[in-house]
Amino acid sequence: MASSNTQTPAYYVPDSSIWPIVGAVGLFLTAFGFANSLNDHANGMTIMNVGLIVLLVMIWGWFSDVISESVAGKYSPQVDVSFRWGMIWFIVSEVMFFAAFFGALFYARQFSVPWLGGDGSKGPVQELIWPAFDATWPLLQLPDPTHLAPAAGVIGPWGLPLINTLILLTSGATVTWAHHALLHEDRRGLIAGLALTVALGFIFVYLQILEYGHAMHEYHLTMASGIYGATFFMLTGFHGFHVTLGAIMLTVILARAIWGHFTPQNHFAFEAVAWYWHFVDVVWLGLFIFVYWL
Amino acid sequence: MSHAAAHADHHDHHHGPAKGIGRWLYTTNHKDIGTMYMVFALIMFFIGGAMAMVIRAELFQPGLQLVDPQFFNSMTTMHALVMIFGAVMPAFVGLANWMVPVMIGAPDMALPRLNNWSFWIMPFAFLLLLSTLFLPGGAPAGGWTMYAPLVLQTGEAFPFLILAVHMMGISSVLGAINIIATIFNMRAPGMTYMKLPLFVWTWIITAFLLITSIPVLAGAVTMLLTDKYFGTSFFNAAGGGDPVMFQHIFWFFGHPEVYIMILPAFGIVSAIIPTFARKPLFGYESMVYATASIAFLSFIVWAHHMFTVGMPLAGELFFMYTTVLIAVPTGVKVFNWVATMWRGSMTFETPMLFALGFVVLFTIGGFSGLMLGVTPVDFQYHDTYFVVAHFHYVLVTGAVFSIMAATYYWLPKWTGHMYDERLGKLHFWSSVITVNILFFPQHFLGLAGMPRRIPDYAVQFTDFNMISSIGGFAFGLSQLLFLAVVIKCARGGEKATDRVWEGAEGLEWTLPSPAPYHSFTTPPIVR
Repeated sequence: MASSNTQTPAYYVPDSSIWPIVGAVGLFLTAFGFANSLNDHANGMTIMNVGLIVLLVMIWGWFSDVISESVAGKYSPQVDVSFRWGMIWFIVSEVMFFAAFFGALFYARQFSVPWLGGDGSKGPVQELIWPAFDATWPLLQLPDPTHLAPAAGVIGPWGLPLINTLILLTSGATVTWAHHALLHEDRRGLIAGLALTVALGFIFVYLQILEYGHAMHEYHLTMASGIYGATFFMLTGFHGFHVTLGAIMLTVILARAIWGHFTPQNHFAFEAVAWYWHFVDVVWLGLFIFVYWL
Repeated sequence: MSHAAAHADHHDHHHGPAKGIGRWLYTTNHKDIGTMYMVFALIMFFIGGAMAMVIRAELFQPGLQLVDPQFFNSMTTMHALVMIFGAVMPAFVGLANWMVPVMIGAPDMALPRLNNWSFWIMPFAFLLLLSTLFLPGGAPAGGWTMYAPLVLQTGEAFPFLILAVHMMGISSVLGAINIIATIFNMRAPGMTYMKLPLFVWTWIITAFLLITSIPVLAGAVTMLLTDKYFGTSFFNAAGGGDPVMFQHIFWFFGHPEVYIMILPAFGIVSAIIPTFARKPLFGYESMVYATASIAFLSFIVWAHHMFTVGMPLAGELFFMYTTVLIAVPTGVKVFNWVATMWRGSMTFETPMLFALGFVVLFTIGGFSGLMLGVTPVDFQYHDTYFVVAHFHYVLVTGAVFSIMAATYYWLPKWTGHMYDERLGKLHFWSSVITVNILFFPQHFLGLAGMPRRIPDYAVQFTDFNMISSIGGFAFGLSQLLFLAVVIKCARGGEKATDRVWEGAEGLEWTLPSPAPYHSFTTPPIVR
């Protein structure tokens, strides 16, 4: 890789920038405000919202700088590769974040719930603590129902989750269509493909909200309905948050496509968001299989 | 900011540093950011050290002497968090910032603005964490491992702890992404992977471990947060969860974390020993493969931290065997360092002394680690002072000694001045003697059954505790010498040559001392 870079111009090192310190202050205010609101202090939410606004300003300003530098042609191919590695490793870290929650799901299903139901070498202990508990998955009966209320039912895989799976898979195809259009300088195809992807993304989020409504109101399934509700809402909620972020990122890319920022040779921002979108898609397949289906 | 003075007389380059505080707040320069990381780590080292002094003062005699037990528990918890996330990790990241671009012949880090953000998140994270000392209910006291359900009893400090850990995690992951992108993409022409200095290699692997393990910690503490405030039952058996699950997830992060704190140390020692033995490193390739093997193994050994928790027998055996396997690549490393010195023409300047101290004392920590890795005997040692002795040998005489060795080794390159060799040697000898007085008796205390994290103890443990405390105070005081050497060197002293050390090899020594603000704007050719 190094040998191909010998003839390129000097690496672009940006001048000093205000945005990193603004971002650090924004993160601090968000965390400080959130911590205070969890402690029931009156100003917590206000501080947190100020922090979030500072973070939004930082993201806006920082990306504006990067975009104008890119449009001004300051980035060599080597800078492009740095961005690529940055995005790849960022996605790897996100995969591991999800892995922690999937790990919790697998542990609960393979170990803790069966053990509480009397399986394994510690099985006889069940007689002494919660003898009435019968281990099943989904967990509609709790080991100790005195403090927690179990759910009355769970969301089946073949309704909204299946529709959502098809939506995300289709959106993966439309974003690829947009990419091909971009490479072939087909502006209308690029914009149409991206607009469809954005629409599918937000429809997914909307359906997910509908599904949460069903779960909570019809089945009384909440984060507090034992380990099933906890893993269900943690995994789908964290994923839904990522889809929302991805859809917002795609919206920005759509706007930039309309403004004509991308060329067949130079469009890494598009690719980064497309990678992210595919990552979110693949995580959903894991969710569909292990949370809803099996 | 003691290095500011060193850089101030340095505006002959046309893109010199900005003036005033803005230079440090807005910088995109890897050397500025590296310096800030190092200074931050040094400050945290003394804050964490002060907490250790409270612990040793309380344990000087049996009975409750100085502080109440809750505060004592806060001190052990905060000492660990500050030293791990505030001192050792930032020091290694700072060294990577300073040295990796220079060692690979790059103009700067791959993502310079992101680099500044990674740094500035840290002071704010520690503002959040250290502020808990003044909150109602005091600082977190459930241990740095944050085991549920104990940690869920933390008072107002709890969300501060969780969110501070999140912020440190963001900083570490962004820093690691930057370092790995730099090494993959910014190497000078001809700098192939197998020509990389070993410090750079160890940082590739450390960055990989950071990127893959820190998010797991983030997931674990997020589940703690929802268990406490949003009614989930991840770690609550009443709802089908399991407190032991937290330990599994935590140590899946925690064991790679242990190697995050030692692999860069291996890289530093592998740079220093060849310089002062005036021989190339013995077995360079085997060092690379050994480092990678250790990193791989670090992901399949985690439950050796929880042998006594009641795992199935198959788990106990699996984690014992994988753990003991780590001795093989580690043994390769120690062998290679010794073989590098074999028939070398050795001199013993301060960096070499610390590196040798590292090899001997880290190996002691490695041996006690092997003892702890054997399941049936761990049943005896678990949660005793033997464990405390073990991880302080690997972290203090391992990681911290290597950071000190690195500081002495590269300080002339950073400041342009030689440090005071007489003071440096004094610092080494006082440290190496007192650190053994401090930690060696703790092996005996642990074998005799003294539990860790308890402010009081049975009277038969008194003598060894007194010895350990005296060693602790003396070790703490010795570190003031280190501070004196660094400040003195930053402010002036004998002019350092470009090569600094007679036997030094590598691109960093081809630059003037101090290294110019922008080092390799045009890449050097590496043959």
